[in-house]
Amino acid sequence: MPRDIGVAKTVVPMVMRRMRPPLIVLMSAYAIAVVGLTLVPGQDGQGDPWRTDFFHAFYVITYTAPTIGFGEIPYEFTAAQRMWVTFSIYLTVLAWLYAVGTIISLMQDTAFRAAIQRGRLHRAVRQIGEPFYLICGYGDTGSLLVRALTERRRRVVVIDQAQSAIENLELRDLTVYVPGFQLDAEIPENLLTAGVKQRWCAGVVAVTNSDHANLKIALTSKLQSPRVTMVARADSEEATANIASFGTDAVFNAYDSFAERLCLAIRRPDMHRIQDWLTGIPTTSLPERPQPPEGTWIICGFERLGRAVHRMLRQQGIHTVIVDPTGESDSCPPDAIPGKGTEAQTLRQAGIYSASALLAGTSDDADNLSIVMTARQLNDTIFIVAQENELSSKPLFRAAGVDLAVEPSYILASRILSLLNAPLLEDFLERARGESEEWQAALVQRIRAIAGRTIPETWTLRISAIRCSAVIEALEEGMEVTMKGLVHHPRDRERRLDCIPLLLSRKGEVTLLPPEDTQLARGDRILFCGTDRALGLMRIPLHHIENLRYMLTGESKGEGIIWRFLTQRQKAGRGLPNPRP
Amino acid sequence: MHLEKVIFGFFILLAVTLNFGFVLGEFDNPAHHNVYELFAAIVVSLIATVLKFGERTQIGAVLLAASLVADLQLIAAAIVWAVAVHVVEVGLPPAVMAGIVSLAGGALLANMVSATLLVIETSSLQR
Repeated sequence: MPRDIGVAKTVVPMVMRRMRPPLIVLMSAYAIAVVGLTLVPGQDGQGDPWRTDFFHAFYVITYTAPTIGFGEIPYEFTAAQRMWVTFSIYLTVLAWLYAVGTIISLMQDTAFRAAIQRGRLHRAVRQIGEPFYLICGYGDTGSLLVRALTERRRRVVVIDQAQSAIENLELRDLTVYVPGFQLDAEIPENLLTAGVKQRWCAGVVAVTNSDHANLKIALTSKLQSPRVTMVARADSEEATANIASFGTDAVFNAYDSFAERLCLAIRRPDMHRIQDWLTGIPTTSLPERPQPPEGTWIICGFERLGRAVHRMLRQQGIHTVIVDPTGESDSCPPDAIPGKGTEAQTLRQAGIYSASALLAGTSDDADNLSIVMTARQLNDTIFIVAQENELSSKPLFRAAGVDLAVEPSYILASRILSLLNAPLLEDFLERARGESEEWQAALVQRIRAIAGRTIPETWTLRISAIRCSAVIEALEEGMEVTMKGLVHHPRDRERRLDCIPLLLSRKGEVTLLPPEDTQLARGDRILFCGTDRALGLMRIPLHHIENLRYMLTGESKGEGIIWRFLTQRQKAGRGLPNPRP
Repeated sequence: MHLEKVIFGFFILLAVTLNFGFVLGEFDNPAHHNVYELFAAIVVSLIATVLKFGERTQIGAVLLAASLVADLQLIAAAIVWAVAVHVVEVGLPPAVMAGIVSLAGGALLANMVSATLLVIETSSLQR
């Protein structure tokens, strides 16, 4: 079967094959009616015997069959002819009803609709002429990602198994058209239809809520199109290892990610802020999260989150007490306290009065809320972390007075987004972790100063002819292009833009926070963070050589023939040039 | 034996035989060419076309094309007949009859191609 499944190749033959019986019935009915009419004896105007010829018989049946009825032509019918025409009407009308009924049932046929939809998806994807991301799974994480990507004017294609998810997508008010289709991403052919092998497919994101589905998506996209960036979500540790084993670019586990961050927040609060802000979803408000304490932690619910946090805290040498209804079974540590944590008795037993923090990490939001409220009543000052399983219960957690909410979908979406948006960011964070606390604190101050109250954008700039034609032109002219030219206002070179160059990568060598006098070279990649406005303003000198010249040297040569002419004239100190010397 | 194949083969062969029967006879003699036979040839040819709908094989596509050619030629012959008799009212002089029969003859060729292809396809299935 051909790979390129167009609508013509599936829908048209399907319609034709289904229309075979009704068309044959219809044609037979017409044929019988026409032949019959030519055979039945009639009379002409003078009462002489006359037989309808084929031409007139076909004409009469043509208008009689859809019950239009122009009358009896060319001569008034005899009783025998009328009898035959009566029979013909019933015959042909029934044939028509059958044909129309078949068409209607075909329209409602699920296979037919699936074929139509597949054709529409195929066309929608083929029409995209810029890089796009394929997002498999439109749940909480998927919808956050779609919103964040489309706000950045990135093209996205969504597929999800559930019709309701696609309907949700269609109701959303997004700035860019997002083709969304109800398809099972586990079937490789569906991924191909959705454009995995397309030239413009920049990345595939597998964020369904089934590890198995994510695994299959990762496998398919890696086998069919190895160059495409593949990012997958994995909930269990086995799935994480499995998906990572065949070259998937990134596998994210929301619970491990959270536990890592929690430890970072406890031990290196400034580094945690940097990471939190740079990987957050831009244009949302800049979070100032309270610092989690180092004392004893009570972990209610030894599930995926509880396990991850327990492991990380242990590594950091922080004492933990576990409360779990399964008790000692299920790999729970032997000193775990049996119970849900929703009753005061269990929490007292776990030492709620002396503990400094509590994690409500069950997979049921009602249980988590109950734990939070009970704990608050018992200990007013305890630091409470709670897992929000569904975005819809967010207001409840806020009202319950949770200090730190764990939103797996937000954590996943922000990590995936930062990877897709700025591939150098992971590198930067890795290196920043190795820097001193003073360095980190200073960077936090700088970011806070430029970002204000919203999460800053992060972006990567590559010095290439396509991305910044003016810089390449200037370099070829032999000019020295420094970072200074990029981080100032294009109309006022003394004014700094609200952005920070975080990292410069040149031929595998990496510089953290490159200073303003850094000289740029072809092939450099620079990671910036800053405001949306700064990103827009920075683009101006990148493509306009005169503006870049002004930024670098302070002089403006003027661009275009007229300006250049006027400037030259001004420099020469002459009046109007004489056309005839 | 497959009923669907029987019906398919039946209509294709019937289209050839009816067409042949109509063309048979003196070329320009209206008495040798029956209008009912032309009508039957058209109807059977149309049904044969519909039966070939939705075939995805290469040979299926060629069969459909041959059938469409036959339909076109036969319908053209019928239109010539109707125009001559009812519109311009010249009846069926030898020149008109020759035109009708030659159009039907073209259709016969297309129908024979269909039948040949059917035989080829059938024999290639037998091992």
